[in-house]
Amino acid sequence: MSEKRHWLYRKENLPKLWALQILILALALAPEFFIQHHAHVAGSDFRLDTGFGFFAWYGFVTCALMVVGAKLLGIFLKREDTYYDD
Amino acid sequence: MIDLALPPGLVLILGAFLIPQSRGKHRTALVLGLPVLALALVWLVSGNGGAGIPFMGLELDPVHATAAGRLFATVFAIMAFAGGLYALRQASILELVAAYVYAGSAIGVTFAGDLVTLFIYWELMAIGSTLVIFAAGTDAAGRAAFRYALIHLLGGVLLMAGIVAHGVDTGDLSVQALEPDSLGTVLMLIGILVNAGAPPLSAWIADAYPEASPSGTVFLSAFTTKTAVFALLVMFPGTEILIWIGLYMVFYGIIYALLENDMRRILAYSIVNQVGFMVCAIGIGTELALNGAAAHAFAHIIYKALLLMSAGGVLMMTARRKCTDLGGLFQTMPLTAINGIIGALAISAFPFTSGFVTKSLETSAAANEGLLVVWLLLLAASAGVFLHAGIKFPWFVFFQKDSGLRPAEPPKNMLRAMWLFSFLCIAIGLFPQPLYALLPYPVDYQPYTVGHLVSQFQLLLFSGFAFFVLLGLMKRTLTISLDFDWFYRRFFHGLALDVSDRTSQTRADLEQRGRARIGRLIDNLYAHHGPHGILARTWPTGSMVFWVAVMLGCSLLLYFL
Repeated sequence: MSEKRHWLYRKENLPKLWALQILILALALAPEFFIQHHAHVAGSDFRLDTGFGFFAWYGFVTCALMVVGAKLLGIFLKREDTYYDD
Repeated sequence: MIDLALPPGLVLILGAFLIPQSRGKHRTALVLGLPVLALALVWLVSGNGGAGIPFMGLELDPVHATAAGRLFATVFAIMAFAGGLYALRQASILELVAAYVYAGSAIGVTFAGDLVTLFIYWELMAIGSTLVIFAAGTDAAGRAAFRYALIHLLGGVLLMAGIVAHGVDTGDLSVQALEPDSLGTVLMLIGILVNAGAPPLSAWIADAYPEASPSGTVFLSAFTTKTAVFALLVMFPGTEILIWIGLYMVFYGIIYALLENDMRRILAYSIVNQVGFMVCAIGIGTELALNGAAAHAFAHIIYKALLLMSAGGVLMMTARRKCTDLGGLFQTMPLTAINGIIGALAISAFPFTSGFVTKSLETSAAANEGLLVVWLLLLAASAGVFLHAGIKFPWFVFFQKDSGLRPAEPPKNMLRAMWLFSFLCIAIGLFPQPLYALLPYPVDYQPYTVGHLVSQFQLLLFSGFAFFVLLGLMKRTLTISLDFDWFYRRFFHGLALDVSDRTSQTRADLEQRGRARIGRLIDNLYAHHGPHGILARTWPTGSMVFWVAVMLGCSLLLYFL
């Protein structure tokens, strides 16, 4: 291909993109220092959701679990995409 | 208010048959005008029961307006309009007519005041949607349409059987809140759940919808599952088992979408995921939860159609549907990409989109009821939605590697339909009050609090972070995933082949044995009666006389005894 690769696809920009993402994540966590979370679930002793960055780590951990879970299930469930073509 | 009870759904159904008769500008006017007319009627008919229509000894009530019904009918009509605009220049006539019959029947369901009317529209919907799939014209679509029809006929039979049993039990066929405590109501519940994509028959959605044409899939995504949500909302609110069925659907959709390679199948699995949220909320059953389910359905129809319009545009311009073949399309299809991303943000419930102001009603309802496990699972699932649809779809289609494809943007009418829905996604997100006002119960909910904004941003951004960190684990492969449809596509198919093999073998064996036996009989007969058989010989006169004398002697003896 003679045309110049789009800047998103150039190797040298990859660290910049990661830095940008880390910056956005830091910004999302910043309000934690200023606001006080209240407990969400009525009538329960669950207080983890009032802790620092609960939604951040909970989102990350559950997503990682889902990806790994899907990967494991994939071992049993995945078939060639021509499986049903007779 | 018009007292004349003109059913809004019927207008769309009958109007659909005028489409093949029209040409050029008239057809455009008809395709775009019919949904507008239906929408107007949805709000103009008074439909407060009134005079029933006698039918086989029953009183039918086909125009029965309720708040929930009007809400669903409104979004169905909007959907028909945008779908019609999207399909206008590209879809076949068969598809357009079928899609409008389908949309009209869906509206008919929302106005049904009695179960018989509901069932009639329910089945019309099945016919319309099957034809929409069939209209794609490919072999794969034909087969998928057949499998789809089988599942929906099964669902229809269960629903009908339930209605009959319920009618015999109670003598009351009106559409109202029921408890699944009798055979009739349980059968109805199962019949409705089949259409909702509930387990174990969830596979039909991802099996059938992606085989339709680009515009066909857009229509299909909206009506069947959401009329099922409507029916559950009206007939089975607060049925606890729905909470768990819904949660199963939510995670089923996420896992299968994560494993999937076909972009429209990813979105089809995500329909099951989204309907799972609504089913779960209906199971919770409080006013807030039911409002949440209704609002989520409204918003979902719009952003899911938008996502499928974007995917359909890509499919049309590249003729490719697998993530492994796509990538880098943002360079030449920026508008399609932007619309796809808006849909993706809305489905992920990003703040300032329609998903944010509707799905949070459902999670709040779980929290308010003190359902800790349900709340935690819904929260994880909200993060998972961003993972499997919110990032995965735009990333693998428009970004990831550069596939080298340089397609143009899709035609103008398709882009216009996308812009319309993008606008609605953001408008509802920014100004949720008009939608809240349409909900079945009064709303006292403020989505835009600092706490809610911060927690939602954190949840989504960090699940996005998980996506990029674990990208290596999500490398696309040329695979499909086994599902319950394996039973009817492979197991029973294999079983049937086996049975037919064995029965034909047995038949052949029996036939051979029978032939051998008949052969032996004939041989025997031939041996005794044939030209050389002992019984066929000509007997000498002397022996004849001898035997006659013996017989006469015997009878004489018997006479004297």
